[in-house]
Amino acid sequence: MRLPKNARYAVAASASLAVALTACSGSGSGGAATGTWDKDATVNIGSLYEPQNLDNTAGGGQGVTEALNGNVYEGLFRLTDDGKVENLLAKDYKASADGLTYTFTLRDGVTFHSGKDVTSADVKYSLEKVLADDSQSARKSNLQVVKSIATPDAHTVEVTLSKKSISFVYNLSYVWIINSRAKNLKTQEDGTGPYTLGKWTRGSALSLDRYPGYWGDAAANKKVVFHYFKDATALNNSLLTNAVDVVTSEQSPDALDQFTSNANYKVSDGDSTTKLLLAFNDKAKPFTDVRVRRAVSAAIDDKKLLASVWGGYGKLIGSMVPPTDPWYEDLTEVNAYDVTAAKKLLAEAGYAKGFSFTLDTPNYDPHPTAATFIKAQLAKVGITVRINTITPDEWYTKVYKNHDFTATLQEHVNDRDLVWYGNPDFYWGYDDKQVTRWVEQAEEASTTAEQTALLKKVNRKTAEDAASDWLYLYPQIVVAGTKLSGYPVNGLNSQFFAYDIKKKG
Amino acid sequence: MGRYLLRRLAFLLVSLALASVVLFVLLRLLPGDPANALTSVGASPEQIAAARHAIGSDRPLPEQFTHWLGQLATGDLGTSFVSSLPVGPEVAARLNVTVPLTLAAFVLAVVIAVPVGFVAARRRHTWYGALLSGISQLGMAVPVFWLGMILIAVFALGAGWLPSGGFPQDGWAAPADAVRSLVLPVLTIALVMSASLIRYVRSAALEVLDSDFLRTARALGASFPAAMWRHGLRNASVPVISVLGIELASTLLGAVVVESVYALPGLGSLLATGIAQHDYPVVQGVLFVSTLAVLLIGFVADLAQRIVDPRLRARLSGGAR
Repeated sequence: MRLPKNARYAVAASASLAVALTACSGSGSGGAATGTWDKDATVNIGSLYEPQNLDNTAGGGQGVTEALNGNVYEGLFRLTDDGKVENLLAKDYKASADGLTYTFTLRDGVTFHSGKDVTSADVKYSLEKVLADDSQSARKSNLQVVKSIATPDAHTVEVTLSKKSISFVYNLSYVWIINSRAKNLKTQEDGTGPYTLGKWTRGSALSLDRYPGYWGDAAANKKVVFHYFKDATALNNSLLTNAVDVVTSEQSPDALDQFTSNANYKVSDGDSTTKLLLAFNDKAKPFTDVRVRRAVSAAIDDKKLLASVWGGYGKLIGSMVPPTDPWYEDLTEVNAYDVTAAKKLLAEAGYAKGFSFTLDTPNYDPHPTAATFIKAQLAKVGITVRINTITPDEWYTKVYKNHDFTATLQEHVNDRDLVWYGNPDFYWGYDDKQVTRWVEQAEEASTTAEQTALLKKVNRKTAEDAASDWLYLYPQIVVAGTKLSGYPVNGLNSQFFAYDIKKKG
Repeated sequence: MGRYLLRRLAFLLVSLALASVVLFVLLRLLPGDPANALTSVGASPEQIAAARHAIGSDRPLPEQFTHWLGQLATGDLGTSFVSSLPVGPEVAARLNVTVPLTLAAFVLAVVIAVPVGFVAARRRHTWYGALLSGISQLGMAVPVFWLGMILIAVFALGAGWLPSGGFPQDGWAAPADAVRSLVLPVLTIALVMSASLIRYVRSAALEVLDSDFLRTARALGASFPAAMWRHGLRNASVPVISVLGIELASTLLGAVVVESVYALPGLGSLLATGIAQHDYPVVQGVLFVSTLAVLLIGFVADLAQRIVDPRLRARLSGGAR
């Protein structure tokens, strides 16, 4: 889920997943690479997500992933912009027949920016850092299956799991390999990536410098500066005046016209994994009744809502699964917009005259807009919505931790987070034994085909049960000047790889 | 004057002490727990307790307060919960933006408001006198962010003369860029500030123009400009100075809107971020420094008033006792 800029608690999407995802996004990298480009260019990137600190196990937030993941720090594996998992610092790996032991061979000749060689001890340290008690890593819960880590030699790491985990390798793409001797990682770095940290001026900018000793292909530009904005208009103005070359994630649809109508800019509509949910408390009346949940889902015209928030951008979804997840199926027809059906379901459930409930609404866009819209729509079937506006902090305590709510709105940013419906203790309280079983089996599956088949069942079942109402899928919009090419357009898990970005001189 | 100074300084220190207690306590009355921001979602109660312990928020309030005071006494504003960076240098870096921004805007506002205010008062019966006070009235109604957007649209997006926002990462080490990035923000604050200042200057000037002493000075043969310079300006400046002090103080943190419109890393935006993150050391640091600045500004404004107005000196500095 996504909370606003400075108070975001990224929820680990437990990814049950494939080792190599086949699902590929449409567009690939943005921009046409034509003509000559400046190998020593400075690329200026505009973003709304400043890191809170530079450590991704200490609450650095989505900003630290955006700026440092793949650029300054690297994992054993990399999740590419089109959703594939490929080897990075791992040259190779082997899984045992029972799926419980993974043996990783490290790439030779890789050094940290401080000059020290990368060894298996550093990998062990890095993995333990994610699993530590005080770790706030978004992947911590997914990696709890790690039972022990052995380092038979300097280039080999052997990880034993307590149970099979088909998404283990995928999850490792989130684990930065850090020098075990590095200090003060909240403000400094010692990674292996194509850039070193230049300077971080809090509240303003963070610069990266090309690292001459990089083990792989050198970055296509000499310097990258992330410029941070609190205000989307100020960000767009910077793009219009060429103070920045590219905006990582456009959040103000009203402003897009000025770029689409201008030949100097390219607007890329990539694949997003962020879903807006009307999450019912499935353990609180009247949402314990599946008919009531279905009725509410059917009474809201998602298409109209999406159009009013995002204009022509974004997509409708009928479940928690975005099209980029391997187990996607188009379920928009399940509980589709149908006021007559909604009224009938309510009557069956004994609410022919409607009812009223409180909707806990985070106080930042687009939640207040969506809440007002939902209130108007549900009034037509006799349901009265009381909108209760709350801060991210209140949401976290009241809704997420204490489950003290009837219904709420929240954006969920991660890919592959369908599996949360298998956890009856999650905040929305969906509790279906069969679904829980399927999710467990999927994670312990031996093949991705098996995993995919099981999660498709989960997908359909949760959609039919209207476990939540999935209002729409956000667009992922990157806007860049036409001088630029090679930038990522899908922003998967908030990454923004800068090393392939080419800028014309 | 010496005794007055001492008394005024004592007052300043007492105010600062009271203000620091109030801001410390109020901050902790706010709903929300900084430990939440420091632990991951789904953290166990033990992990949250550990986080509270690490930042010291589990200790009794008086103990936390004396700890903070002890740090302050050595000039240390503490360390941010969130970024682990020391707060002092952070605040100093923001002051590098906010202080030049505020002072330049203030000076420009005074330079605009004083002559315009006087003309508006002296020529209040002419069409342009009325126009000037009309414009200032209108100017007071203009929201600062709106004016900022208009200036950006004209001078940055339209003419391309100035940047639309941001501050160079190298700060004042790139002086030309730093100055260029502050031109529009300074203009924005100065125009809005001068609109209200013109009203004060105008009404103070009106009072002076109708005064007996000015008529007497003129009767004694002084020309209007000479009488105005010798007696009028001085008398008119007394109420204006106190307003100036208040305006300057409120701009220091009030610049947050302008900082947001122009994406400037100033004190106001640091405060806003700190509040959102429950980052007590940052919020305390910013508020303490700005409280100190506000008190100092009040102190200087008082002194300035006494210098221009001998009546204040006579009444308070011992003669009466």
